[in-house]
Amino acid sequence: MTAVLQLQGITKRFGALVANDDISLTLGAGEVLALLGENGAGKSTLMSILFGHYTADSGDIRVFGQALPPGQPRAALAAGIGMVHQHFALADNLSVLDNVILGTEPLWQLFSRRRTARARLQAVAQRFGLPVDADARVGSLSVGERQRVEILKALYRGARILILDEPTAVLTPQESESLFATLALLVAEGLSVIFISHKLAEVLRVAHRLVVLRGGKVVAEAPTAGTTAAQLADWMVGRPVSMPQRAVGVKAGDTVCRLESVHSEGGLRDRLRGVSLNLAASEIVAVAGVSGNGQVALAELLCGTRRRTDGNATLAGRPLHADPATLVRSGVARVPEDRHAVGAVGDLPVWENAVSERLGSPAFNRLGWIRRRAARRHAQAIVEAFDVRGGGLDATARSLSGGNLQKLILGRALLPTPDATVPLRLLVAHQPTWGLDIGAVAAVRREIIAARNTGAAVLLISDDLDEVMALGDRIAVMHEGRLTAALPAAAWTRETLGLAMAGAGDAADSEASS
Amino acid sequence: MRLERRTRNSPLAIAAASLGAVVFTLLVSAVLVTAAGAPVGRTYVLLLQGGFGSVFAWSETLTRAVPLIFTGLAAAVAFRARLFNIGAEGQLYAGALAAVAVGGMHDGSGLDWPIWLLFPAMLLAAALAGAFLLLGPALMKSRLGVDEVVTTLLLNFIVLLGVSALLDGPMKDPTAMGWPQSVALQDGLSLGQLLPQTRLHNGLLGACGLALALWLVMKHARLGFDIRAVGANSRAAAFAGVPVTRTIVLVAMLSGALAGLGGAVEVAGRTGYLTLDMSPGYGYTGIVIAMLAALHPLGVVAAAVFTAGVLVGADSMSRAVGVPSAIADVIVATSLLAVLVASLASQYRVRWKA
Amino acid sequence: MNEILDILGTAAFWSAVLRIATPLIFGTLGVLLCERAGVLNLGIEGIMVAGALGGWMAVYHGAPLWAGMACAAGVGAAFGLLHAALTVGLALSQHVCGLGITLLATALSYFGYRLAFGQVSTPPTIAPFQPMQWLPLPVLSEQTPPTLLALLLVPLLAWLLLRTPLGLALRMVGENPQAAESQGIPVLRMRTGAVMAGSALMGMAGAFLTLSAFNAFYFNMVNGRGWICVALVVFASWRPGKALLGALLFAFFDALQLRLQQAGDAALPYQLYLMLPYLLSILALVLVARKAAYPQALMKPYRKGER
Repeated sequence: MTAVLQLQGITKRFGALVANDDISLTLGAGEVLALLGENGAGKSTLMSILFGHYTADSGDIRVFGQALPPGQPRAALAAGIGMVHQHFALADNLSVLDNVILGTEPLWQLFSRRRTARARLQAVAQRFGLPVDADARVGSLSVGERQRVEILKALYRGARILILDEPTAVLTPQESESLFATLALLVAEGLSVIFISHKLAEVLRVAHRLVVLRGGKVVAEAPTAGTTAAQLADWMVGRPVSMPQRAVGVKAGDTVCRLESVHSEGGLRDRLRGVSLNLAASEIVAVAGVSGNGQVALAELLCGTRRRTDGNATLAGRPLHADPATLVRSGVARVPEDRHAVGAVGDLPVWENAVSERLGSPAFNRLGWIRRRAARRHAQAIVEAFDVRGGGLDATARSLSGGNLQKLILGRALLPTPDATVPLRLLVAHQPTWGLDIGAVAAVRREIIAARNTGAAVLLISDDLDEVMALGDRIAVMHEGRLTAALPAAAWTRETLGLAMAGAGDAADSEASS
Repeated sequence: MRLERRTRNSPLAIAAASLGAVVFTLLVSAVLVTAAGAPVGRTYVLLLQGGFGSVFAWSETLTRAVPLIFTGLAAAVAFRARLFNIGAEGQLYAGALAAVAVGGMHDGSGLDWPIWLLFPAMLLAAALAGAFLLLGPALMKSRLGVDEVVTTLLLNFIVLLGVSALLDGPMKDPTAMGWPQSVALQDGLSLGQLLPQTRLHNGLLGACGLALALWLVMKHARLGFDIRAVGANSRAAAFAGVPVTRTIVLVAMLSGALAGLGGAVEVAGRTGYLTLDMSPGYGYTGIVIAMLAALHPLGVVAAAVFTAGVLVGADSMSRAVGVPSAIADVIVATSLLAVLVASLASQYRVRWKA
Repeated sequence: MNEILDILGTAAFWSAVLRIATPLIFGTLGVLLCERAGVLNLGIEGIMVAGALGGWMAVYHGAPLWAGMACAAGVGAAFGLLHAALTVGLALSQHVCGLGITLLATALSYFGYRLAFGQVSTPPTIAPFQPMQWLPLPVLSEQTPPTLLALLLVPLLAWLLLRTPLGLALRMVGENPQAAESQGIPVLRMRTGAVMAGSALMGMAGAFLTLSAFNAFYFNMVNGRGWICVALVVFASWRPGKALLGALLFAFFDALQLRLQQAGDAALPYQLYLMLPYLLSILALVLVARKAAYPQALMKPYRKGER
């Protein structure tokens, strides 16, 4: 097999962190190579170096035998490399055609040859089975359609090597199938693909060869045939990490929070259309679903940052107020989806972020003045109890790693203050393990299970099916603003969950019961 | 060479950076001085002497610094919340106008209240005038998303025209021989002299006191935290339960009130009445001062004294050496940009490739 | 009411409208270029002053009028380069840098003028652009060549932005710079170029005041026109055609206010009339605020490699 791509000895440091440590790999023609690894293993960095977003500290890259000039996406594009980014590189306000032809014509050219471009785009779309409307505004497309545009961008430029960065993270199982079919077509046409993922089952299906990264190094390289998921997990993780187990058979208690036909306003992907849900003590209800089906609205409703426009919502028998301070006082622990943009104020120090939700309570507030010593003491308690590592209480929150920041947020939400009278009633966790390495994931899951065991109700919203099935006592699925009934975990299979995520079987929706 | 974010805020780095900026500014203005054909060294010496070389110079500098402290504090507190109040100039005049309206000798007598009531009433009127002036743009920003920079700027022009109209009409001093100036304040309302035989008045004490109070609030009060959180990341602040709109409104009123008070203090302490040329751009200079001070209330006092010294020194230097006094504005503007660049040093660390 | 209709009927009024609109057209197009690329340029007020002085000085020292305009454009571009270096290169706050440049450009201009002329009682003058009497059209024949240039720039800029690869790249840089970079567009260079070009237009806006509308340089000449341009760009939804409309609309009210002042009795103080332009600008901003389709990356600094 001829090597179309060769990476030799790639090393890249960010400060003290070695993201890529002397990595070498090759890619053959017509081959799908899977690049596996946990979050933080160095996969995205490596691909960013390949595509020219970063420059490696040492090492070199050869594409079709020619050396690739580093640090320039233009050079990578010219060499035939195309990248489908995890967070799509598209401009919402411009049309599909605009997004595709950007950079394909010389900047000094007087006229943009749109008619020829449109025809060429349609031809490419036909050839690879990716239909699109060239004049549609990208902002109005669905996630699956946007990914198609991303892929077409690369194919339009004649890419022979395609890099896909976690492409199925935002797709339903059915949309993922469609993507795999496209990949097969690409390979049949002679393209080579690098498929980055941390989802073992998919990778075993789609790839010919596998490369596993851990801690910035290549730890394993094997053909797919003959490799098991267990072996892959072993390579990826490297050390035995016990995932905390949820004890089955814990009996649920009284209703803590009840939502009845709740509606809320928002954009297409961001509203609730008649959601009903019961959250009971000592129980984890996991809400599955592809991101962008209203999960943010549901989470914000229970975190107090979004109003409902219709329907009833109660907490401990009393109406639920859209006010974070009231919710925190009533015993609600909240973990938001975006820890950097919403969970913490990056420029402020760790200790201020640790007490930011509770500055109204007399423990930390005397007539409008902050009780600094008491606040710092509580912050220190959080740091110790939840193992938050970083530069200390006065370091900025921005300087903490993702895992440590998440632990800080959890501690802030869960650790009772010195004068606490209200017990923990409800934990709302939205994508709590996104982007974390395996150790941090285990820590977070442990806290979630512990909260349940102490009697709290837990709402876990996650687009990770494995996590949902591992942690949920009951599971519901969110689709286009509607919630299915929250059935016991045993009543679901992966297939039925996948179908519900895609919207089939909307008949079993939450208006019915539960 | 690469820039890497620092993990904790370092006051030493900030101070060193500010100093570096000042030095750069002086170098740049040296070029202008040479272009004017004047000897650089002597010019700077005259500048320093004019601003800081004698008790009289200091008194002039400190007098000039008083309104700058007020507008500097106004800008500092607003910018902390990312509310870019560029309207301090208008708020200053509005405050001065309100002060004269309450405390002025209209038709020969004015309001017949005891001084202990009239004096705070005058200050309150000035503060409210400034506060409400900024409230409009602030609400337009938080409700409608209208950029407050342009609205506050445009309001400056509107306010000044309004003041001009009032000075030509109802508020005009009939004894001023046709010159558009307001009626004078009642006698008991003027701020006493701080230093005899100088223009320095007690307004300085008030200004410094306010700076101290503001610093304490920003550092130790719940409101201070709310302001800093909203300015740094309003989404995260809202999530944590900070009342964002209410905080912005409070900040707007506080900032406007500070600028308005500055106007009242100028009238009560320095001039005794209001004219259109009372402020040579104090509102805008206040913004520069706030940036030089890295938005720190105590730093504002230092930066105001420095800037006032340059402005006063440039006046006297200009008379002696012939370099146009406009050089003072060049110095002020250059130091703003230099401090901005230098602020990178406090946020980022330079890493040389190993 | 009758007074207003009388005023609207005269050709002189419409000539005034075009004349008042010209610097606004230049300035608004300049801001539009910068903001489409994602950079807010609040230096416009100062750049207009600097352009006014720069162009005028060149002509005062013997250069032909168009060379003066070119000089003003050059001065504008120089300040634009400074703004770009600070906001694009160093990713500093666009608001504060812009204001700093306004202060600096204004201060440098006043310093330069005082240095050259001292405290003169009557400002020195030059021979300005003459109306284009050779044009067979009414109203337009009363205008000077720069006005024609301004009017021609509108369709030119529209075509550039919407029909050329360069314009597409510029728009993309203002919408999603990371995406532009992935397509091989040099983001920092594009933003810098856009800011320099936009600032050159701003310089020309100022020069129109000293080389055509008036024939001397006065302090406080620009008087807030720069800020009005910033408001007009939002009103124009970042489109050149609507920018022209906004400038003309604004100039209409400004010219009307001037005429009414002269025609009307002294019942209303003249200051109220003068307030009208600024009030209208604020009103315009409020009216379009809700639907404003900002370039998505406007005011967000772009740091290469920081993802």
